[in-house]
Amino acid sequence: MARQIKTDLTVDIGNLILKNPVMVASGTFGYAEEFKGFFDLKKIGAIVTKTITIKPRQGNLPPRTCETPAGMLNSIGLENPGIDKFIKDKLPFLKGLGVPVIVSIAAEDDPGEFSILVRELDKINLVSAIELNISCPNMQKNKLISQDAKETFALVSTVRRLTKKCLITKLSPNVTFISEIALAAQNAGSDAIALINTLTGMRIDVRKRSPKIGSWVGGLSGPAIRPIAVRMVWEVYNKINIPIIGMGGIMDTESALEFFIAGATAISIGTANFINPKVSLEVVSGLKQYMSDNNILNLSEIIGRLKACKD
Amino acid sequence: METLQIKAKIISNKKLKSNYWHLIFNSEFIARNAKAGQFLDIRVNHTDKPLLRRPLSIHSAKGIKVSVIYEVIGPGTQALSLRAPGELLDVIGPLGNGFEYLRIAKKSPRQRVVLVAGGIGVAPLVLLAEKLKLSKPLVLVGATTKRKLLCEKEFKNLGCSVKISTDDGSLGFKGRVTDLLKVNLAQGGFSNIFACGPEPMLKSIARIADEENLNSQLSLETHMACGIGACLGCVITTKSGYRRVCKDGPVFSGKELNWQGR
Repeated sequence: MARQIKTDLTVDIGNLILKNPVMVASGTFGYAEEFKGFFDLKKIGAIVTKTITIKPRQGNLPPRTCETPAGMLNSIGLENPGIDKFIKDKLPFLKGLGVPVIVSIAAEDDPGEFSILVRELDKINLVSAIELNISCPNMQKNKLISQDAKETFALVSTVRRLTKKCLITKLSPNVTFISEIALAAQNAGSDAIALINTLTGMRIDVRKRSPKIGSWVGGLSGPAIRPIAVRMVWEVYNKINIPIIGMGGIMDTESALEFFIAGATAISIGTANFINPKVSLEVVSGLKQYMSDNNILNLSEIIGRLKACKD
Repeated sequence: METLQIKAKIISNKKLKSNYWHLIFNSEFIARNAKAGQFLDIRVNHTDKPLLRRPLSIHSAKGIKVSVIYEVIGPGTQALSLRAPGELLDVIGPLGNGFEYLRIAKKSPRQRVVLVAGGIGVAPLVLLAEKLKLSKPLVLVGATTKRKLLCEKEFKNLGCSVKISTDDGSLGFKGRVTDLLKVNLAQGGFSNIFACGPEPMLKSIARIADEENLNSQLSLETHMACGIGACLGCVITTKSGYRRVCKDGPVFSGKELNWQGR
């Protein structure tokens, strides 16, 4: 007879303790309000907000999304109300949820904006962690901070001095050596690495001979990018010793498990929220079931436990 | 917990004419809560081909039955047309703002309203005509050709006076439904225009409404990713900046839209 074992889903990310390792990815969950009608939000591990900047941003020219094989492109361009309005209008709802809130931040022009944002957020108790979005592909920049190990190191070291809150650095997959960048973030004092952000892509309407989205290129997400994300998590896991928050095309429990086995301590669900708003809750139950079925007491028993192929 | 995401049993899914289909399913929740002009975000199958849901206007909602009309134009709608009665359909809704019609329907039923439909744009206007039937709206239905004309009978059964236009003149007025609108507005006495159809048609109606100093409520169609206001992917340009078609719309006042000079 199958024995129901008591599974432990808690994970530590720096000084942040999550009751389970399932989070929702920045930009795919708004500021959580839009999802309140779908499930009890306090049951997931953490909520990562849509990225905020110092000033409000109106975002990129529409059309901003288009579907691709097993994925989608987006170029929202970090539309957000700015930090003041975020604190005034969006935080109160998040306050009542009883779930850790991770605030994603970005700079528009000058990396110094990160310091201003971190100082502001450091004062707010409700903010459990800060995610440094140094990898948004839709800012019409020549080069992202996360595409350069030295710049990544410089930025993370600077903001590290400003807060004791858990700092997560979110990396771009649009690089040659992902582990080099992850190592730079770790050495600069990041508590965790989130990967991957979207891959830059493009779709063309052949009748009009024009791009399908207003800013020509956008970020590719969804199941199409999952194998790349899993590979990058595995590569980075072998080089660093801080926790990895894995993401990229997770659609269900099975795809979430790939990331844990590759080395992720926690996972984030992104595009799948658009297709099934309660997918994150389903993955929490799915993980419990998987652990119970396989006599796994603690998630650490599978994190990074990848075995070689046997024939 | 009452949720907007349901699994609904398909009652029927049949071709109406040309490449237009009519899907009926059971949902007491949606039938009870639906406003004319709101939409449903439907997961057409359980694969990632297509990955995203498809937003479709609510065409009817009565008792426990809800229906949509859709045009098979790509792999998503193709996949939807393969769904069979008895199967469960993953539906989110009702979503969006819908038309503002309660004031007209209740307080001033004698205000003359005109409904303008282009092609598949008839879908939300049938439900609207039902809500407004006391004011006996004039309904203008446009199609490219006679065999693509939709819902004429449904409007007539609701007591509406119906006029038809076809681009090729195979039935009714020959020309655009917007030209038919101009002809009818010339008689005077109208206060409100409700419309749904292709974007060029809606732009033209916004302009006509502006010239004639009438209120217009236009139901827009765009590609959407989430459908619930979270991703900010479906915005359009309005006089007050970008607004989400899924959450702030899909119905916008013609005055609000920033279509001048485009």
